[in-house]
Amino acid sequence: MDLKLDHHTKDGIEVVNVEGEIDVYTAPRLRELLIELVNNGYYQLVVNMEKVDFLDSTGLGVLVGGLKRVRAHDGSLDLVCTQERILKIFRITGLTKVFGIHDTVDEAIAARKAEK
Amino acid sequence: MATVEVSFTPLPAHVRTARLVATAVARRSGVDEALLDEVRLAVGEACSRAVEAHRLRCPAEPVRIALTDAAGRFEVEVTDTCSDGGGAGGRGGNGGQPGGTAATGQPGDAAQPGDSAQPGDAAQPGDSADLDLDRGLGLAVIAGLADDVRISETPGGISITMSWPAHCA
Repeated sequence: MDLKLDHHTKDGIEVVNVEGEIDVYTAPRLRELLIELVNNGYYQLVVNMEKVDFLDSTGLGVLVGGLKRVRAHDGSLDLVCTQERILKIFRITGLTKVFGIHDTVDEAIAARKAEK
Repeated sequence: MATVEVSFTPLPAHVRTARLVATAVARRSGVDEALLDEVRLAVGEACSRAVEAHRLRCPAEPVRIALTDAAGRFEVEVTDTCSDGGGAGGRGGNGGQPGGTAATGQPGDAAQPGDSAQPGDAAQPGDSADLDLDRGLGLAVIAGLADDVRISETPGGISITMSWPAHCA
């Protein structure tokens, strides 16, 4: 399978685990999941990208779309990523200034809790 | 003559295939291993843009890629035949102008703090807002990854040519 998605609640924050390639073909599935979560009232999200092998601008657009949706409800969307090959596209596009990017899920959750 | 030419039905599922072929040919051409991820990403972006253009205007026409290694460069040309000619395939494109001007986008140009995500923007249909962002980001990504990018108009559409240094394999 090109993209695997699952999610669970941890400390009141919904953690979305993504595995595989996020590109023009698979990104719609991630978009649908983020929309579904927001529609179901999950406004504090952490997207774990540690097992993402590939991310392109379509994927970036989905993440930005998700961020916009949760912010409309005063929510948050943080990322977990330490892979340089994935972080590079965030740097090229300047989106490191838009997203909180953390090394671990626990760190992302702690950072979000500390802001409240 | 291109080392390898690929044409594929403009379906998103085939963009991955194009990425894999381009990476394999790049490796064989002697592109440094550290640059192969950039090749993969840039080719994917260009193909995604072309697929989008074809799906909107000419879904029966294939997208074409020419992969060439010559004179110490590995060059990839992605051609679509359906662009509207309005400038690199749609709104938001900031990677270059039709007519052969080289794209010289700077890293970080594509988004500024606060630009990409404002609560007030959520009123737009999510899909169309995401697509507009995709187009702009895609060309910015290509410009940030390849040190030589040319976007030019062809009789039928838009051609994006990217190249990287290649050593004899």
